[in-house]
Amino acid sequence: MRFQFVLGEVLSGLRRNTTMVVAVVLVTFVSLTFVGAAALLQAQIGKLKDDWYDLVEVSVFLCPQGSVSPTCATGEATQPQIDAVRQIIDTELSSEVSKVYFESKAQAFDAFSERYPDGYQGTQLTEKDMQASLRLKLSDAEQFAVVSDVLSGRDGVEIVEDQRAVFEPLFRTLNVATLLAAGLAGVMLLAAVLLITTTIRLSAVSRRKETEIMRLVGASNLFIQLPFLLEGALAAVLGSLLAGGGLWLAVRFMVSDWLERSVDWVAYVSEVDVLRVAPLLVIMAVALAALASFFTLNRYTRI
Amino acid sequence: MIRFENVSKVYTRGARPALDQVSVDVERGEFVFLVGASGSGKSTFLSLVLREQRPTRGRVYVAGRDVANLSAWRVPTLRRQLGVVFQDFRLLQNKTVHENVAFALQVIGKPRHVIRDTVPEVLDMVGLAGKGKRMPTELSGGEQQRAAIARAIVNRPQILLADEPTGNLDPTTSLGIMRLLDRINRTGTTVVMATHDDEIVNEMRRRVVELSDGVVVRDEARGGYGEREAILPDVGASPVLDAPGSGTRAPVQTVRGG
Repeated sequence: MRFQFVLGEVLSGLRRNTTMVVAVVLVTFVSLTFVGAAALLQAQIGKLKDDWYDLVEVSVFLCPQGSVSPTCATGEATQPQIDAVRQIIDTELSSEVSKVYFESKAQAFDAFSERYPDGYQGTQLTEKDMQASLRLKLSDAEQFAVVSDVLSGRDGVEIVEDQRAVFEPLFRTLNVATLLAAGLAGVMLLAAVLLITTTIRLSAVSRRKETEIMRLVGASNLFIQLPFLLEGALAAVLGSLLAGGGLWLAVRFMVSDWLERSVDWVAYVSEVDVLRVAPLLVIMAVALAALASFFTLNRYTRI
Repeated sequence: MIRFENVSKVYTRGARPALDQVSVDVERGEFVFLVGASGSGKSTFLSLVLREQRPTRGRVYVAGRDVANLSAWRVPTLRRQLGVVFQDFRLLQNKTVHENVAFALQVIGKPRHVIRDTVPEVLDMVGLAGKGKRMPTELSGGEQQRAAIARAIVNRPQILLADEPTGNLDPTTSLGIMRLLDRINRTGTTVVMATHDDEIVNEMRRRVVELSDGVVVRDEARGGYGEREAILPDVGASPVLDAPGSGTRAPVQTVRGG
C-alpha cells in the first residue's frame, strides 16, 4: 500500500513537471558523461602506462669516443669503469633495479640495423658510431629519479635516460584532456544540483495542498518528503544511465570499432571499463540528488 | 483533553502577544465554541493545539502530551489524534470525494482493506453516501464541508478542531453541518470550534470561550455569543459612519427652517 502510494505520487509528480524533469535528466546526462569521459581518459592513461612502461627501460649510456661530457674526460668508458657502475647498481640500487644487461656497441648496431635496414636518413653508420649502454629494468618505474641521481656523474657514464620521457607529451595531453573534462563536469554538476533543487521546489510548491493535508493528518516527515526525494533521484539516475549508455556507445563505436582497427598497437579502454565506470556515475547521480534534496526539502515541506 | 497553562504567544518581539496568559481546560468529550473578533487569537489557539506553533511561554497539553516540548518526529503521532476542518474545506480538487477521504489514511500508512471498509462508512455517516465518486467541484459548499469533515474524522481522532467551518456556508447549510458536528461530539469526540456565527452559538448553548486581544474574557458553560455592537449604531444622521467600537456620537445637526 505505502509503496504503491508513494510510487503513484512520484509518477504524478514527474508527469506534472515533465519539462523540468527532462531538463534534469539531460543536464545530469551531459555532466556525468564528462565525468565518465574523464574517468575513461585516466583509465586509458593507466592502460598505456601498464603497457608501455613494461617495454621501456632506463638506459645508462656509457661514454663513447669523443664525448664532451665532463665524466667522459678519460675517453671511451673502460671495462673497470663499467664494472664499477655495475657494482653500484648491484649494491646501492639493488632494490630499485630488477634486471641489468649490457648492450655492447655490436648489439646496438644490430638493433639499429634491424630498425633502419636502409640506413638512417641517408647516412650509413658503422658499429663504431654506436654507443654501449647498460639497460636497466626498474622494479618500480616511478623510481627513475633515484636511479638517475645515483648513476649520473659517475666516471664512464655519459647520460642516464628515462625512455618513459618519450611518452610524457602524450600523457600530458591526455591529462590536460582529463582536467578539461573534469572541469566541464564540475560546472555541469553544479548546474545539475541547482536544477534538481529548482525541480524539487517547483514540485513541492505545485503539491503544497497535498503536503499541507499530509502534515495535518499526521503523515510522517519521511512519507511527505519521500516522493520528492525519489523524483529527484529518479531523474538523476536516468541521466546517469544515459551517460553510461552514451559512453558505452562511444567506446564501442569510436574506440573498439574504429580506433582499434586503424591504430592497433595500442591498448585501448574497452566496454568493460565503461561498465566499471557506470556504477560510479549512478552513485554520483544519487549523491547529487540527495545533496539537492537535503538543501531544498526541509525548507519546503516543513512539519 | 486540551489544557492551556498560562500560555502566551508572541509572533514578533515587542508586538502585542497573539495570546496572553491564556489558561483553558477542555475536558474529554466537551464541545467548546471559541469566539472573538478577527485577530483575537482563535487561530493561534488552534495552531498551538496542532503544534503548528510553539507557545512563547506556558504549557500546552493535548491528549496528555506536553505539546510544546514534543520533538518534531513525534508531531505526526499527535496529529493522528486530531482532526481539522477549515472554512475553505481544503479538499484536493484532482481527487474524488472518496479519494480525498482515503488520502488521509493512505498517507499514514493504513492498509488497503482498512481504507476500503472505513471510507464508505464515514461518507455514510456525514451524509455523503453514494457521492464518493464525485469530484469536489461537483458538490455544493455544504457537501464539500461534509467531505472535509469525513476526512478529518476518518482516522477516529479524539479531538476535532474546526476553524470557522460554517464561515462559507448559508445559514440552512450551516445548521446541517452543526448537527453533524454535534453528532460527532456525541460519539465521544472532543470538538473545539472557532466561529463568528452568533446564531449557531446562541442556539447550541454549549461552552463558550471568548477571546479578545489574546485574553480569555469569558468562559461560560452554556453561553451565548455575547453582546455585539449594532451594525448601525444610533449615531443620528451622520455623514460618515465611524469605525465600529469608537462609538462617539456625531453631533446631531438640526436644520432649522427659516
